[in-house]
Amino acid sequence: MKALQFEARPARYAAAAAAGRLTPGAGAKVGPLRLRDLDPPELPGPDWVVIRPRLAGICGSDLSTIDGHASRYFEPIVSFPFVPGHEVVADRTGSDGSDRVVVEPVLGCVTRGIDPPCAACGRGDLGNCEHIAFGALAPGLQSGFCHDTGGGWSTLMVAHPSQLHPVPASMSDEAAVMVEPTACAVHAALTAGIREGDSVVVLGTGTLGLLVTAALRHFTPAGSILAVAKHPTQRELARALGADLLAEPDEVLRAVRRLTGTMALGDGRITRLTGGADHVIDCVGSAASLADALAAVRPKGRVTLVGMPGHVHVDLTGLWQREIVLAGAYAYGTEELPSGERRRTFDLAFELVRAADLGRLVSATYPLARYQDAIAHAASAGRRGAVKIAFDLRNEKERTRL
Amino acid sequence: MTRPGFVLEVDRNTPPILFHHGEGFRLEKLPPGRTRVIYPAEPLEPIEHPDAAIRHALLNPLGDSPPLPALLRPGMKLTIAFDDVSLPLPPMRRPDIRQRIIEQVLDMAAAAGVDDVALIAALALHRRMTEAELRHAVGDRVYDAFAPHGLLTNHDAEDPDNLAYLGTTDKGEEVEINKRAAESDLLVYVNINIVSMDGGWKSTATGLASYRSLRHHHNVRTLRHSRSFMDQHRSELHSSNWRMGKVLRDAGVKIFQIETTINNDVFGTEGPMSVLQKREWEWNARDRFTFLAMQKSLERLPARTRRQIFHSWKAPHAMTSVQAGEVEAVHQVTTENVYRQHLVAVEGQTDILTMGLPYICPYNVNSIMNPILVMCLGLGYFFNLYRGRPLVREGGVLIMSHPTPWEFHPVHHPSYIDFFEQVLAETTDPVEIESRYEKQYAEDEWYRHLYRTSYAYHGVHPFYMWYWGSHALAHLGQVIVVGGDPRAVHRLGFRPASTMQDALEMASDVVGRDATITHVHNPPILMADVS
Ligand SMILES: [Zn+2]
Ligand SMILES: [Zn+2]
Repeated sequence: MKALQFEARPARYAAAAAAGRLTPGAGAKVGPLRLRDLDPPELPGPDWVVIRPRLAGICGSDLSTIDGHASRYFEPIVSFPFVPGHEVVADRTGSDGSDRVVVEPVLGCVTRGIDPPCAACGRGDLGNCEHIAFGALAPGLQSGFCHDTGGGWSTLMVAHPSQLHPVPASMSDEAAVMVEPTACAVHAALTAGIREGDSVVVLGTGTLGLLVTAALRHFTPAGSILAVAKHPTQRELARALGADLLAEPDEVLRAVRRLTGTMALGDGRITRLTGGADHVIDCVGSAASLADALAAVRPKGRVTLVGMPGHVHVDLTGLWQREIVLAGAYAYGTEELPSGERRRTFDLAFELVRAADLGRLVSATYPLARYQDAIAHAASAGRRGAVKIAFDLRNEKERTRL
Repeated sequence: MTRPGFVLEVDRNTPPILFHHGEGFRLEKLPPGRTRVIYPAEPLEPIEHPDAAIRHALLNPLGDSPPLPALLRPGMKLTIAFDDVSLPLPPMRRPDIRQRIIEQVLDMAAAAGVDDVALIAALALHRRMTEAELRHAVGDRVYDAFAPHGLLTNHDAEDPDNLAYLGTTDKGEEVEINKRAAESDLLVYVNINIVSMDGGWKSTATGLASYRSLRHHHNVRTLRHSRSFMDQHRSELHSSNWRMGKVLRDAGVKIFQIETTINNDVFGTEGPMSVLQKREWEWNARDRFTFLAMQKSLERLPARTRRQIFHSWKAPHAMTSVQAGEVEAVHQVTTENVYRQHLVAVEGQTDILTMGLPYICPYNVNSIMNPILVMCLGLGYFFNLYRGRPLVREGGVLIMSHPTPWEFHPVHHPSYIDFFEQVLAETTDPVEIESRYEKQYAEDEWYRHLYRTSYAYHGVHPFYMWYWGSHALAHLGQVIVVGGDPRAVHRLGFRPASTMQDALEMASDVVGRDATITHVHNPPILMADVS
């Protein structure tokens, strides 16, 4: 099988980090990512199956890993070398597309053969699994970060049936590949506890920000949604997906002040708001975005971090004085809807992808051989008017061999 | 004898023409054979003894008004309102005309035994004047006698306790003005009429009004139907103010109006700036050298310093007339005197109108000319300096020159920043802007707080700037800004050009290759009388 493989080689990794700092995505050229011919992974257990990826997306967390920006936090919960790719639509049998599935990549207790499952898995909160480094699989929080499962950036990988969601015949591959990132967004929107009419600021309008905007509009009773967008395409999409208001990154505080009618400190220059938005959902995860989030949220408001932050330097005085709640939102599992109904996040994600026509966010696809171009495109997507970049495995000839 | 304004036909021998360009200048060679340049008149001879002329005006009022001393008596309540920092432009050298007049009015009041006197800067929705600006306008003696006792104040259009509602006009326009002014036995209003729009009933009905009242004439409909608002008889803005004036009169507000006109002497006859007031083909070697040296040294300076230098300039404007008495009688004579300095007869319209925008407009004295003010100066003020028909034909092109930086004075123009970031990012259509956004900005508590307690223009003010240019926006086929920040120019809905040559090239797509061009050589101010 053909695959892009990520190896842990500290020296290369350092070089990637340096290059990545200069040009986002440039890490792909020097980093520890290589296109290889590999032996297919062995089935880790009797009920595991082989699947053949059709499309596999490039996620912000993939870019951080490749650029060497990912926190060392991940080292014990990934296993090297691994094949990235956790946003995957694949064929379960044959390659005619008759039995397509979307992968739910989290590797919880069930996939690891751990019985009884941990409390989180028992509740259906797979993203919170306490056993992601244990059991029958090598450590790995998700397929695409685990040595034993392979990942979507290849012509073949293995999956546990509990991870597979059938794709309706009427849904395109492009729409299906958006289901996993949409599930992240749905989880973030629902975990924030948004109440009727709440004002919500979404920082960042890359894929995650756009999907969060759509999820907020579709599943929550949010009032005004202010999306912070840098590029014209992002503005248009954010608006189309449910943002009422748009602002550029350096205009956030003014825009929030206008929206909420709050007073501001500073004599015309805004240094701080006295009030703010009920919620800020940070889909960037940088020191700057987190500082904006803390400045834009009202006292006792909530900041939800959806973008992976890593090491950030931020002043928390405001969090303390304004009693702000700062929370993370990772992955998915089971959600409780405002109506009280409990549903699997992936089921909600399928519904949203369809309702909001999210397949349109796939801007470009690349064959594996052009992985450097693909990653460079993904890293500069916003600037280039693109959203989701994916690998297209459907025409790789290795795909039909095994 | 000063030479009148005139129209120059550009030929091959015409030297490059001066364009003001923010805190700098450009010299542009304009196409011969199809271009004309309109020059303002030279500064009119000033009144030799201004103090005597003022005294004469106060004692010999126009209309049915008694002389000022006859209106003053012990125990009365007297209020003196005066034009704010937006007049004149640039600010004049000391003593300011307002100081000369107010001192004489106060002397007469003192002589008559009046001891309840208050002074009010009639700033409508403009920013409050600083102590330094008030001192400059009224003089230190007046300032020190009144300000410490709270008797020299800035008008506050948002102070519910200090506004008086006087009724509505026959068109349903609410009239609400400063309470102290409305309830005084006599209101003396001191004007400096720099353009023909200023003065008349607009002084009181606008300068001392509340937002509630102002919105009846500061709106898109009224300003689109003011053609131009420099021509009182064809200006809906003025009709509305005059209707309000009737309400004021009927409500018993007694006004003694004092209006003054000044000459065009903006840059003086000495020093490096004086070259700006000369006609280019009359520049001698020394003038050319001075100009180039000035331009060179300006280019080397940081923008901030350049701005400071220009804003510290005080013009040698001199008074050309003063008239006092009944509002309408006074204003009629004033308007004639303004026209005497400004009007230049121009034959027919043009396809392309060019103008160089200077560093200052009425709303950025001691401040920053932000992009919204660039729009307002070009499309609001300069475009409207006509009588008869606009200088540029309908569907024609306006080319203005200004650096148009994406920069705002955060203290003076906070709501402008929001207007630029939010409103203009969505639409530049004045009607849509008015209906979708005006209320939110006008009623915003933070802007209201900053207007009332800091030095901020009222939250709604950037809207008025946009409405001010709404007739031009509807009239013009295209607007091009030469040498402007492209991002800011695009946000205004205009097209950026890096050179005049490019701009003319772009304009030809709209009005054709052989289009006629007219350049208004302004400032000093001129007003085209277009046949
Ligand atoms: Zn992801
Ligand atoms: Zn578990």
